Amino acid sequence: MKWLRRPSSEPLWKEEFSARTSDERYVTRRQLTKFLVLTSFGMFVGNLWILVRSIFSKAPSNPEQVVARKGEIPVGGVKLFTFPTKDDHCILVRPSENEHVAFSQKCTHLSCAVYYSQDNNRLECPCHKGFFSIADGSVLQGPPSRPLPKIVLEARDGQLLAVGIKSS
Amino acid sequence: MPSNDLPPQTRGLTAIAGAMSLIVVLLIVQIWLLSAALESFLSGKRPTALPAAIFSGLMFLICFGLYLFVDRVDSDVRHSAEDR
Repeated sequence: MKWLRRPSSEPLWKEEFSARTSDERYVTRRQLTKFLVLTSFGMFVGNLWILVRSIFSKAPSNPEQVVARKGEIPVGGVKLFTFPTKDDHCILVRPSENEHVAFSQKCTHLSCAVYYSQDNNRLECPCHKGFFSIADGSVLQGPPSRPLPKIVLEARDGQLLAVGIKSS
Repeated sequence: MPSNDLPPQTRGLTAIAGAMSLIVVLLIVQIWLLSAALESFLSGKRPTALPAAIFSGLMFLICFGLYLFVDRVDSDVRHSAEDR
């Protein structure tokens, strides 16, 4: 087959450790090419891993959780809570009389905790000045490229419940 | 000097350098593809993973083909040097 090399009578070590200086350039180039192709294979395996994860990972089911009672937070006030696990910190904001919104408190840039700026009516990250809209968590300014995950809230029996997470 | 008059070793090195350059370009595209696919997966957009994996696989196959080419050129040049 034309694509494949001619079979060599030389042992492998003679090909890899050339005695002649002129052949040395070939050995280093061949080894570098081999390394580059192995790296390419690694990239392919990485993409396959992402594909397998995206096929087999299920959407997490979030348990309902009471985060506040109605009227507990004043207008312009905030309450911090964790949802769906104890490690996922979230921020509940009451920007107006009849509105409650909640977002993940982790900035989508480098995971600093965002806070609510009542003067500007937006969520702000103090680390790199990333600003997020209070309406939907979209990026208003700064280095973050993704919006904040929004916590889906439901009002039931005078209580506010977190029932899910809406990413992007 | 016309390229056919060059010694086979010089021509072989030129061919290998060209193939290696192509492999490097493909590798850079693959690295970008992997980072884009990961970014997309982490942001919850899962349908992008399949085309990314297909194109990455295609690029790997091209790289592997180029490696076979480099290996063959290398072998040919060395055999021609031994024959002389």
